[in-house]
Amino acid sequence: MAVQQPHPPGFAHQFEDMQQQREAGSLGMWVFLLTELMFFGGLFASYIIYRALYLPSFEIGSHLLEVEFGALNTAVLIGSSLTMALAIRSAQVGRRGAQVGFLMATMILGAAFLFFKFTFEWHHDYIEHLVPGFGFVIRPEWGAAGAHVPLFFCFYFFMTGLHALHMIIGLGILTVLSVMAHRGRFNPAYYSPLEVSGLYWHFVDIVWIFLFPLLYLIGGRYIGGGH
Amino acid sequence: MSEHLVPTKTYIGIFVALLLLTALTTGIAYVDLGAWNTVAALAIAMVKMLLVVLFFMHVKYSSGLTKVFILAGVLFFAILVTLTLADELTRHWSPTPSGWGALLPFSTRFY
Repeated sequence: MAVQQPHPPGFAHQFEDMQQQREAGSLGMWVFLLTELMFFGGLFASYIIYRALYLPSFEIGSHLLEVEFGALNTAVLIGSSLTMALAIRSAQVGRRGAQVGFLMATMILGAAFLFFKFTFEWHHDYIEHLVPGFGFVIRPEWGAAGAHVPLFFCFYFFMTGLHALHMIIGLGILTVLSVMAHRGRFNPAYYSPLEVSGLYWHFVDIVWIFLFPLLYLIGGRYIGGGH
Repeated sequence: MSEHLVPTKTYIGIFVALLLLTALTTGIAYVDLGAWNTVAALAIAMVKMLLVVLFFMHVKYSSGLTKVFILAGVLFFAILVTLTLADELTRHWSPTPSGWGALLPFSTRFY
């Protein structure tokens, strides 16, 4: 009677070994992320064109955003990327408690990002009548360029909204991962769900790394106020 | 197992570098450099992206196959932007808004 070698936990039998399985998982995730790049890419390309067409309007719009919150949120998101990377590292060295702790820290930072975004920035924009479709008011001091300021805010809300949607999905994924990590599903040989979810989280971080300068910074902050 | 274990110190170092670059790009936005403001902001964003991709996303330690896939994806994104801009920059077919007066040549406004 042939004795079957027991599979290591998490090993799917169609793969040669754990390393091949891990590489296949990462590669598949990268292919998905590249479709995401094209998804966001359409928005970025149209932003570049409309910014060039209506530069004065976009500069006025950019000035109305609060750069402090943009910078703070960038730092928060970079921090969450660090804790995500450390969560994966904890799995690689087989520390279960640290995995759960770092995943929780990532979720807290991600939630903090969304909290700042919604309660301070978006709410403030709503109060200031800067949400297109929800009582947007074109101010007389903007002059002729004012006509296209709503266009900037359309881009702002679509881009940050799509990014926030990705963050919310990421928080859901992190919740599942925390439970899996708590139950000891990951070990130094098998941690692919953590690895590919980490790739997703870092990708969302990179999208913000570009949104921050595009929306908040390159409107010429040095002009001073602008509105 | 041959997966690469990145030292915690490296992760912390990348984190600190990303924070410093964020402070730098925010600071530069308040200095008038003309068209170079945009260049600086995007260049710093690119550096930050590379740090995240190479270290946090482990691409530095990934297989050549993964790297080729990523480069192919980035190439297609570059085609998306470049060819769209090529039309916009050369054909002037975007509708001109009313009440805008004489528009400058597109290339001078593009920075």
